[in-house]
Amino acid sequence: MAVLTRFSSEREGGPSPNAVAEGYRPLDRGTPFQGGIDLRWTRAVAFFAIVAGLWFAAAAAAQDTLPPAPYAYRQLDDPVLEAKAQGLMETLRCLKCQSQSIADSDAPMAGDMRSQVRQRIAAGEEPEAIRAWLVERYGDYVSYAPRVTQLTWPLFAAPLFLLALAALLLRRRFGKSGGSAK
Amino acid sequence: MIAELGLVALWLAGALAGLQLIAGSLGLTARGGTLAGVVRPVAVVQGLLCCLSFVALIVLFCETDLSVKLVAMNSHSAKPFIYKFAGTWGNHEGSMLLWVTVMSLAGGFVALVERRLPERTMLATLAGQAFVSLGFYAFLLFSSNPFERSSPVPDEGQGLNPLLQDIGLAFHPPTLYFGYVGLSIAFSFAIGALVTREVGPAFARAMRPWVLGAWIFLTLGITAGSYWAYYELGWGGWWFWDPVENASLMPWLAATALLHSVSVLAARNALRAWTVMLGVVAFSMSMIGTFLVRSGILTSVHAFAVDPERGSFILVLLAINIGGALTLFGLRAASVSEGERFAPVSREGALVFNNVALSAILGIVLFGTLYPLLAEAMGAKVSVGPPYFNPVGAIFAVPMLLVMAVGPLLRWRRDAFARVRAIVVVPALLVLLVAALLAFRSGIGALPFIGLSLAGGLALASLLPLRGRNLRRTPLPVWGMVTAHLGIAVALFGMASDSAFSIEKLVAARPGETVSVGPWRIVFDRIEPVAGPNWTALEARMKARYDGGAAVEIHPQARYFWTPPQQTSESALVTRWNGQLYAVVGEDAGDGRWQLRLWWKPFVTMIWFGGIMIALGGLLAMIGRVASDLRRIVARGKIAYRRGRQGR
Amino acid sequence: MSDPAPEAAEVKPRRWTLWLPLALFAGFVALVLIGLMRPADREVASAMIGKPLPEFALRPAFPGRPGLSRADFVTGGKPRLLNIFASWCIPCAVEAPQLAQLAKQGVQIDGIAIRDRSEDVSAFLARNGNPFVRIGADDVSAVQLAIGSSGVPETFVIDGKGVIRYQHIGDIRAGDVPTILRKLAEAQ
Repeated sequence: MAVLTRFSSEREGGPSPNAVAEGYRPLDRGTPFQGGIDLRWTRAVAFFAIVAGLWFAAAAAAQDTLPPAPYAYRQLDDPVLEAKAQGLMETLRCLKCQSQSIADSDAPMAGDMRSQVRQRIAAGEEPEAIRAWLVERYGDYVSYAPRVTQLTWPLFAAPLFLLALAALLLRRRFGKSGGSAK
Repeated sequence: MIAELGLVALWLAGALAGLQLIAGSLGLTARGGTLAGVVRPVAVVQGLLCCLSFVALIVLFCETDLSVKLVAMNSHSAKPFIYKFAGTWGNHEGSMLLWVTVMSLAGGFVALVERRLPERTMLATLAGQAFVSLGFYAFLLFSSNPFERSSPVPDEGQGLNPLLQDIGLAFHPPTLYFGYVGLSIAFSFAIGALVTREVGPAFARAMRPWVLGAWIFLTLGITAGSYWAYYELGWGGWWFWDPVENASLMPWLAATALLHSVSVLAARNALRAWTVMLGVVAFSMSMIGTFLVRSGILTSVHAFAVDPERGSFILVLLAINIGGALTLFGLRAASVSEGERFAPVSREGALVFNNVALSAILGIVLFGTLYPLLAEAMGAKVSVGPPYFNPVGAIFAVPMLLVMAVGPLLRWRRDAFARVRAIVVVPALLVLLVAALLAFRSGIGALPFIGLSLAGGLALASLLPLRGRNLRRTPLPVWGMVTAHLGIAVALFGMASDSAFSIEKLVAARPGETVSVGPWRIVFDRIEPVAGPNWTALEARMKARYDGGAAVEIHPQARYFWTPPQQTSESALVTRWNGQLYAVVGEDAGDGRWQLRLWWKPFVTMIWFGGIMIALGGLLAMIGRVASDLRRIVARGKIAYRRGRQGR
Repeated sequence: MSDPAPEAAEVKPRRWTLWLPLALFAGFVALVLIGLMRPADREVASAMIGKPLPEFALRPAFPGRPGLSRADFVTGGKPRLLNIFASWCIPCAVEAPQLAQLAKQGVQIDGIAIRDRSEDVSAFLARNGNPFVRIGADDVSAVQLAIGSSGVPETFVIDGKGVIRYQHIGDIRAGDVPTILRKLAEAQ
């Protein structure tokens, strides 16, 4: 068990997904682990821990013992509200996972977030308000639905640009002499 | 001994690749005549040697030879044999060796059987293949040696990720690799054609089966990967626009555009520049994909071998290979692109639209996947996921699907929409009818609504090319096209149906309780501990009845592995013609209750069934083309024989 | 015969279309180089720096110390440290000596125990020392979510008016102590 929770990669590889799920915090970046472990094995273990995917808050070694939050695994009674909550949860990012929505993760923190979402929706909050609340706390990283901001406008400009480029290419090919493209 | 043999074979193969490059390049010059004859045999032997090296690695894994570091890190004596075997490629070095093996085997195979290309183009092609291979050989031999010995020899291996101990995931990588790396042939063909400036129908006819073959494998690989993720990960999701998933989709998009483009080039000697460009882009996407997955610059659940140092090495390879190919394209493409003309409304016109749309989707996926990296360079972290990719992809996909419905009905060179309007009206009406029926159902999102409405019309339209034909004399490639397009409609239906009609139930149930989800009634009997070869599990015994029918026993498990310590969820599936029941058992909820997760997913299996149909369509087309080529070769042989005899 | 639509010439592609793919690829390489050179940053920082603490009131995590609420940060007017920890978190044990050192230097430290039973909290504090003035129990990560913390351990510098001024992600190393002291001083 210890092998999984103590590691460091030779470079600034970052924490293993498992470790992050357990709440393990990264060691100083760039500093090999002090403790006499052969660096090749350290890398091997690091590789290992990273490969061992993150789906189910892994090793029992370091995990909280409290039960999940009340609405982590419980749906709301009203199907309309539950559908709203589900729609929102599918677009919120699990902060302890490599790349999963909170709707698809068994990490305890994801469960806590799901519980919050459901409770707030049941209390009448709108999904976008809850998303905004989370973005206010964690930044855009927590939402898979990018907003149009100073930092993300290229994402929305890209399809428009591609559409224009496509139209240009097709027109140049077909349209000069007045032929319609369809 | 075996490890050393494997390593020596690999070095020899690398050396032969170098020889292939030199001989091929020199053979192109005026004085290189004798060298040219060497290239084909060298390519074949290189393929065999590399294959030998890979077989050696397989043997090491099957025997669990712990003196080899790779085996010690990734295998375990208690692992079931099939997973020891599949574990050969379940790690960075092994999968890289698989990559190089497929590349050299494909090159050898081309060298052995491909006779339709002009000899100079063939030389340039094989030289190009060797050039790319050399980079990867170097990467393997200098930075990711699979045959490295470990000392001291450990007592036991470190096991393999339990998630990989599954038949689906065991065989998903080789399928994908035959696809990804098979596209290297198209890449080399494109390079060859650019070098010798010989782009024409003969070139396209030669390239087509190789593109089809790689594309079929890629389609199957992506379909298999999606299904594996669906049943293994315990939440019923089958696509998440995860960077590694996108890394497999991007070559597929380029390859789909390529195979359509190559058909136009073969039939009408048009779209030369597009075909060559797409040939370069397709394998470039494969290489970019492998880079993204192995370098660790993007966060992904699937990423393995997160090593920026290796990433840098691959990036250098990318820069040389892709940069070189694109530079060659820029320099030479202008001189190869005189082709036949055609009108905007024509088969070629529709295929140009198809190319443009697929390229646009490819661009969106690449940009969206890389955007978090760009944002981080500018100082912030963003997440780009399904809420971006789905609608933006649809902007380009929907028009493309509409053109897919009409395109095959258009004539080559010039046609008028008025001619096909009468036929196309029927599928169009079907689309409107379904849309009208669905409009009354609430709770269906915009995209699933569009998907459901289009699916029926697209399916009908895909059958239209068969209208008026003698079905027994319809050429196989036409059947292939019909099957593949129908497969797309079927997959679209499955995707939209799953999004629109899935029902989920989360309950904390006591043994003896009944849960209902959709038309199913499930009785939760009990929880039992069970043990497997390298795991123990808590198994839920449940009986499920569909609409009062016969009871089906289902046993989802929460499994615990010990090397490495990991918990996985084994879902239980009941498949009917109209959907799947998906059952998962979770944690002990206290108080004698257990977390159960149940879904009724109507028509979800259509997604992968559609994927298989698409691959099948490709297979039919490939068989059709190869068969007609063989017939032509045999016929020419017969004519030559007869002429020879008459000449006596 | 109907008037044929003019046929498109397979024109020679313009120069820029031929070089566009290479240009895009160059952009890709540049972007990726930047990504490779930066250290991989997998941490999610709180966006609440500079914003006031949200309203909260947590019950005591174990009998030896009172519970924690927002009011405790606002009264008194001095900057304090808020340490998010858990008994099941190994780096939290690693940073205990640094926390003790800070406490000895007169820094007021309050703790929030995430998803912990009081027996476990007691055992943890008995093993690693107890630098906390107050410890609140956050069983469903409610406060953790409200302040933008995404894991344990994390330490926040809260000024005398209850405004979050600084976040330290991960365990506090010996080298981090001067930085924390400086941030505390700046928060006066």
